[in-house]
This record gives sequence, structure tokens and C-alpha cells, in this order.
Amino acid sequence: MAVTTQTDRDDSAKAVLRASQLSKYYEMGEVKVHALKNVDLSLYEGELLVLLGASGSGKSTLLNILGGLDVASSGSLFYGDQELSTATASELTQYRRDHVGFVFQFYNLISSLTARENVSLVTDIAADPMKPEEALALVGLESRLDHFPAQLSGGEQQRVAIARAIAKRPRILLCDEPTGALDASTGRLVLSVLNQVNRETGTTMAIITHNAAIGRIGDTVLRMSSGEIVERSRNDVREDVEHIEW
Amino acid sequence: MVNRGAGIVGRLRVAALQRKLLRECWHLKGQMLSIALVVATGIMTVITMRGSYESLIEAQQRYYNDMRFADVWSSLRRAPDSLRPQIQAIPGVALADTRVSFLATLDLEGLDAPAQGRFVSLPERSRPVLNDILITRGRYVDAATPDEVIISEKFANARGLNPGDSLRAIINGRARDLDIVGIAISPEHSYSVPPGSLLPEDDRYGVLWMSVRALGPAYDMDGAFNEVFVKLAPGTNERAVISRLNDVLEPYGGYGAYARRDQPSHMMLQGELDQNRVMGTAMPAIFLGVAVFLLHLVLGRLITTQRGEIAVLKAFGYRDAEVGRHFLMFALVAVLAGALIGTLGGVLLGRGYIGMYRQYFDLPGLQYRLSPGLLVMALAVSLAGAVSGALGAVRKAVRLPPAEAMRPEPPARFRPGLLERLGVGRLLPASGRMILRNVERKPVQAFFSSLGVAFSVAILIIGLFMFDGVNHLIDLQFRKIQREDISVSFLQNVSASAHYDLGRLQGVTRVETYRSAPVRLRHGHWSRETVIQGMERDGVLRRIVTVDGVVHPLPAEGVILSQVLARRLQVKTGDWLIAEMLEGRRQSERVRVAGVVEDFLGVTAYMDLEALHRLTGEYDVISGAYLSVQADERSGLYRELKQVPAVAGVASPASMLESFERELARNIFISVGFLVGFASVIAVGVIYNGARIALSERGRELASLRVMGFHRREVATLLLGEQAVVTLIAIPLGWLIGYGLAYLMVESLQTDTFRIPYVIAARTYWVAALITVAAAVASAFVVRRRLDSLDLISVLKTRE
Repeated sequence: MAVTTQTDRDDSAKAVLRASQLSKYYEMGEVKVHALKNVDLSLYEGELLVLLGASGSGKSTLLNILGGLDVASSGSLFYGDQELSTATASELTQYRRDHVGFVFQFYNLISSLTARENVSLVTDIAADPMKPEEALALVGLESRLDHFPAQLSGGEQQRVAIARAIAKRPRILLCDEPTGALDASTGRLVLSVLNQVNRETGTTMAIITHNAAIGRIGDTVLRMSSGEIVERSRNDVREDVEHIEW
Repeated sequence: MVNRGAGIVGRLRVAALQRKLLRECWHLKGQMLSIALVVATGIMTVITMRGSYESLIEAQQRYYNDMRFADVWSSLRRAPDSLRPQIQAIPGVALADTRVSFLATLDLEGLDAPAQGRFVSLPERSRPVLNDILITRGRYVDAATPDEVIISEKFANARGLNPGDSLRAIINGRARDLDIVGIAISPEHSYSVPPGSLLPEDDRYGVLWMSVRALGPAYDMDGAFNEVFVKLAPGTNERAVISRLNDVLEPYGGYGAYARRDQPSHMMLQGELDQNRVMGTAMPAIFLGVAVFLLHLVLGRLITTQRGEIAVLKAFGYRDAEVGRHFLMFALVAVLAGALIGTLGGVLLGRGYIGMYRQYFDLPGLQYRLSPGLLVMALAVSLAGAVSGALGAVRKAVRLPPAEAMRPEPPARFRPGLLERLGVGRLLPASGRMILRNVERKPVQAFFSSLGVAFSVAILIIGLFMFDGVNHLIDLQFRKIQREDISVSFLQNVSASAHYDLGRLQGVTRVETYRSAPVRLRHGHWSRETVIQGMERDGVLRRIVTVDGVVHPLPAEGVILSQVLARRLQVKTGDWLIAEMLEGRRQSERVRVAGVVEDFLGVTAYMDLEALHRLTGEYDVISGAYLSVQADERSGLYRELKQVPAVAGVASPASMLESFERELARNIFISVGFLVGFASVIAVGVIYNGARIALSERGRELASLRVMGFHRREVATLLLGEQAVVTLIAIPLGWLIGYGLAYLMVESLQTDTFRIPYVIAARTYWVAALITVAAAVASAFVVRRRLDSLDLISVLKTRE
């Protein structure tokens, strides 16, 4: 597998998502929980961003807001020119539908549909989708098209989920602990698929994980703690997935 | 010490489990309430229908006893009072009584339309031995004052008549002003329908009791009688007495004795009671069946979602029995809540129901009473049903080994179902296949859900089709059969020349005469008293019309029988009968069955008038006539006919139709209201619970779809599509069940006087389907609101 080398980022590169001073707090009874504190962040076209942090650090909250599942309590978030921080629920649904793909820790496949049908569920409502078979071939599952989730291994299920997420050609792919429920070797397989999708389709991607080793495959790595970004780093060279151990 | 400690822990443990029970019941309140309502409706129908049945039976028995209601009845032409000891001497007769009874025209103020009165004699001294009356206002008649009369209560109420008022009647051709001294009721006339009508017409038909001393001479019945009744000694063979009584009355023109069960008022009341008994058993069975299914469904799901909690309880040392009891308590809570609502509702509804009966049947002291036995029975049956519904699910919880319960339930296995293997799936989008597979994965559950909803459709059909039947009957009876403007009946048979006299009356454009000849028809050892209706063969005002509305031609020879009569006599077209005429020369002749028609009213035999004349050997007699009358001349004609001595009664189909339709409209309103309520409870119970369970089972999947950009509407379609399939299957199934139940009902409610036509209008099917769909949509709407508030984030983070 070829090693990608990315030198200094051109700061004028197009930001797909721009967040500034994002904060999120929840009222838990009489206690106010600050899940996210004044986060500034840009996600650039074609970038692979890895968000690291322990559980409770706020990384999922940030991902949910970026994905249009949740809205910030304050601050602003732009998708291109569209302001998501003030969008209605229906506008957010449309945003997710047209531009965002999700990969979940527990795959969340529809158990009553086969691999192919799980993908076509999304391609049915997309404007310019791939063929479900094409998306499944991209993740190496061309031979498992008509299997139901209960007939697939965890890694296979996660690859179906990735196929489902990319089949509509989203601009942004958000992955929440995509390897969290998998053993290391299956996890590596899933990461290499994500890596390949990022390079071949140019999809902007954010992966959240508590596994620091995974940070080495990204362009940018953000470390979060107590709702704040405490460390930003950029990898000059994205490590090959096969070389990662955990 | 150890024991005491365990006791305290035990008590605490129970308390904590009870708190869990209460909180979870509250959490599941929508589902618990919908099950409770299904149970409540079941209990309500028991308490209303069976409770009313018991109350009516009790009032009926008491009333019959107090009034010494007779067991065997007969009318006859005329017999001297001296015959009475002979009747009394018939073996098995405990008491016998006789009286004079006639139908006469009433001349009522402010009413041009004809009105009729049934005049009944009262003994000169003391009260009638049998068939006494109950005076509700005023007093008994004084035999010394010949013009005193007691009138029936409903007639009095309908016409606003009171003791002290007077009333004009044409008695034996003479107008007489009668003084009302009392108002009374009697079991013979609990349900009082004028001759030839279908429903009570209280404003134009009443019963009038007069002293025999006044009524006897008026009808040339001095020292004679034309009605006789007997009370049987316990253990007597009724048929033997009837047969002996017929023999005794034969020389005096007996029209054939009949038992109490054939007495019209008793028969109507008994028919209603039977209907209550049938409905009071069938309806609760349907509702409790649905409740059992729902409890099974909801508890099964509850136990699946609480696998982890069951494991923890067991790991902490709760015994299987304690865990089982805990889940059983959910069923008991639903049933007890249902019992409470059902009992209260049932008592209220029962009171209203009995109130409705009071308008039709006057049964003194009739009021709704709930017997403790009935309540205990309804509770016991509901509890047994609930426990049986819960048992399967609870057993699952008890059997679950703690270690296994700790692990999440293995994912559901799907495979393409039968429909897809047949290729139907290819036609569907992925979302359609999702719905289809969810239905096919649990076919038994889907079937019972559909069956439940189907019963909601069926309940509506069996309620609504009655009106179709009655409408059909009205159409036939008043538009195809009774096409005269007025029918005139004579006190006694008159000469056929009356045809010409009637034709000369002002405004009369057509006259068709008829003859009603009382007869006993025999075939082998089967026999039946009835009337042969002799009609003009080329007549257009009255015709024989079958259920399908087809006019059946009247043959020149032979007799046409209504189907019920043919069945009783075990004859078919072409068979021969013996006709024993019960009036005139009383000759017996053989007569051929020329045809059998399916009709709705009475057990009648029809014949050509000329053929009937030949059969009886009497040629110059008619009993009445049907007239066509110019509309503007009707009032004048009524007034004129009131003055004709030979005229016993004048009836107008138009006025009959009017009161009929008024009654019907009110009944439709009440019944449809209840039916819609009952059917909705089932449809909502099944669909709401089905959708809630599907939401709990698939909330994660649906949330994932929302995350992926599916709109709420699209996700709702996926969730509710399954319920839509259940409802769609339920509709034809419900039509089928309704069709079958309606047939059973028509069969079981068939009596000699009245048969509901088995007609179900297309509109009834659609209305039933529509109401059910509306209830299903309403419940789906409630669940959809829940779907809208689905927590997208939390559902993604955790495995079930």
C-alpha cells in the first residue's frame, strides 16, 4: 500500500465545516454539565481527522453536533455557507440526508434487511448514489450481498455499515468508535477500508476513538478532555494502517 | 435471629418489587390503559347485557306471577259461559278464565288517521282469575256504570289522556263516549303492537278494559265469551291440554289454542331476552380473547426488555416464584383497572339500557340490579383470561437462567418469507421488504393482531347489518308488498258485495278484497294454526314478494306457504296438506303446496281468493279490503269509515312507516354509538400495542435511519407500515367473520312473527372498515408522536 505524504497544509484549502466557540451544556437536574467548551475547529475537504479522548471528554458531543444530530448551546457552525447552528430539525435532517454519512460503534444495521438492501435503503433516498453492489465491492463484500446481518461477522457488519454510509457519496463521513466493538485485526481491516475510502473518494472524514494509536492514520489529530480541545497535531505522514498495533 | 432478619429482608424485597411494578406500570401507562379498556369493555358487556337479562327475567317472572299470566290461550267465535266448568275440568288445568275481546275503531280528537282499540272485558265482581291488570293511576271500573273504561298506560301517555278524560269509540257500529277512570298495564300488552304492524304505535293503538256487563251486550256476547286462558298445574303436559282444549272449543268456533311462548307480547320480550343472553356471552368472549392476546404480547415484550433486570434479581437471590409473581402482577393490575372501569361503566350502561326497555315493555319494578354473583363471575373470567395470557410470557422469565439473562438477546434472524420466495419481494423497495419481513417473521403474532382488528370490523358489521335488514324489510313491506293507502278490516266476514260499497266511497280509486281464513294445517303428525290469506289473483295493491323483492305469482289452485311455515310442517312444493278450517263450516280438505316463499313476517299461507272460497265451501265472504285513495280525500274517508258499523279497523301503511322510521332512527343513533366505541377499543388496543412494541423492538434501527437522514414521515411509514399491513389483512377477514356472525345471528333470532332479512349492504362493509381504519390511524398517530421524540443520540451509543 502506498504511503501518503502530506506536507504543509495550504490554509486556504476549502473548509467543509467551520465551528467557532461551540459550547454545549446539559441541565442534569440542578447541575449544569458542560459537555463542550468553546471549541474552534475546521474540517477541510478530503481531510481525515481523528478525535481522541477518554469517555466523557466531549468527543461524541462534538461529533453529534458536527453531524447535525444535536445543536450547540452557543457558538456557530457552518457547513459551507449554511449555518447549522440555527437550522431547524427538518433542515438538519436534510443536511444529514444529503451530505453526511455515519458509521456507528455497533453498526446499527437493519436486521430484517440483507447487506445489499441495507445499502439500498440509503441509495433509495439519495440524489446521486453508487449502486449498492458497487459500494459493497468497495468494502470487499461483493460475495456477501444477500446475507442478513445475523449471518455476518462483526467486521463484515461494520463494512456493510461503511458501504451504507458511503453509497450516497456523502461529503462528510463521521465514524463514532468504528472499531470499538471489534478485535484488533478486524479493527485494522475496517480502518484500512475507511482509509481507502478517504483516499479514493476524497470524502472528508472524522473518526472518534479513545484508542490513541489510531491517531497516527489521520491528517489531523485533536485530543479532547473535559469538553475542550487540549492538543492539536498534524501528521506529516499518515501511517499505514497495517503498522498500527494496539 | 436469622429468621427474623430474613423476614425483614423479605418484606423490604417485596416493597422494592412493588415499587418497580408501580413505576413500570406508570411507564407503560398507555399500553396498560388500552388493555384495561379492552378488559373493561368485556366486563361492561357482561354487566350490561347479562345484568339487564337477569333484571328483566326477574321483573318478568314477578310480574307474570302477580298478574297470574296464563299458560295456554285460545280465541273462538262464541261460547256460552256454561262451557267454563268443562274447560276447568280438563286434566292438568289448574285455573281457567274467559272474557270478551274485540278490536274497534277509536275516534280520537286531533287525529284524522285511523286509530284502533283492543277492548277487553273485566269481570263484574272481583278481578280476573288470570291475566289481571295492574292499575297505575285512577281506579278499577264500576260495573254499575257501563261507560267506564281503563286504558293502557302507553296509549294514555302517547295521547295525553288521564283519568277523568273521555274518549269516543265506535263499538259494534255505535259511537260511544267512554269515561276514563283508570290507567293500567298488563303482561299481555307489555309490548303492544297493533294487528298487522311491526312496531308499537302507541298514539294510534291502545288497550281498553271495560266491565263485561258493558262490553258483553255491546257485542252480543251476553253470557258468552270469545277468549279463554288456562293456567296449568305443575308438571302438566302442555300439548295434551292444548289438544283437549281444541276439542272442547271445536263446536264453538275455536281458532286453535297456543302456548304462552307464542303469545305476541311474551314472544317479543323473550326474543329480546334471548338476544341479550347471546350477546352477553359472545361479546365478552371476543373482548376477553383480545385482552388475553394483548397481555401476552405486552408482557412478552416487557420481559424481553428486562432480561438484564431479571438476571440481577435472580443473581441477588430472588426465587423464580417471586420473579414470576412480579410479572403476573402486571396482568392483574390491567385486569383490576379494567374491572373497575368496566363495572362502573356497565352499571351506568345497564341502567340506560333498562331505561330503554322501559319504553318498550312495561314491566313494573323493572330496574337495573347488579347481582354480586355476576360481578364475581365476570371478575373471575377476566382474571383467568389475563393469567392465561400472561402465563406464557411469565414462564419465559422464570425459566431464564441468570447467566444467560445477563447477555443481550441474540439478534433476530430474518430470512426471505414465502411471499418473497414467490417473487413478490422484488417488486418492493427495501423499506417495503423490511415491513413484509417483520410481519412474516412473527406470523402467529401478525395473525392474532389481524384477527383482533378483524373482530372490530365484525362487531361493526353485526351491529350495522340489522339496519340493512330492517331497511330492506321496510322497502319490501311498504313499497312492494303493502301498496294500498288504507286497509279496512271488518268485524266479521261480510258479503263480497262490500267491494262495490267501498268502491263508491268518495276518493276511492281501487278496491281489492281479501279473506283471512283461520286454519289448522296438518302434514303427517306436524300441524300448525295459522291464517290462509285469500287475495285477488290479479291484485296490485297486495302481492306476495320474496326476500329478493321478486313478485311471486299467485297460482289458481293450491296454497303458497312462507318458508318458516313450510319448515314447521316439513313440506315442500308439490306436497299435500290437510286444511282444517277453523271458522264457518269448519270443513277439512286436502290442499296442495303450490310454492314456498321466503318472507319476513308471520307464518302465513296465501291463496287465490276464489280457490279459498272453494276450499271453505263459502263463496260470498270477505274479511276486509285494500283501498287506493286520492291523497286529498283520505281524511274525509277516515271520518266516513269510522261511522261504518261493520268496520273493525282502518290501517294506513304510511302512518305505520312513519312511526317505524322514527323508532329506527333513534335506535340507529344509540346502537351505532356503542358499537363504534366497542370496536374502537379493540382496534386501538391491538394497533397501539402492536406499534408500541414494534417501536421498542426497533427503536434503535429507526433512530439509525433518522441519523442517516430519513425524515420523520419516512421512519413512521416503516414503523406503522406493519400495522397497516395488519389492518389491511384484518378488513377482509373481519368482513368474513362479520358475514358469518350475522348469519348465525339471523338464524338464532328467527321467530314466527319476525325474521331479520340476511342482507348486508355494501355500505355496511365499507363503514365497518372505515371506522376500524380510523381507530387504527388514531392509535398510529399517538405512537408517531412518540417516534418524533426518539432520542437519536442515546439510542446509538448503547446496545439494547
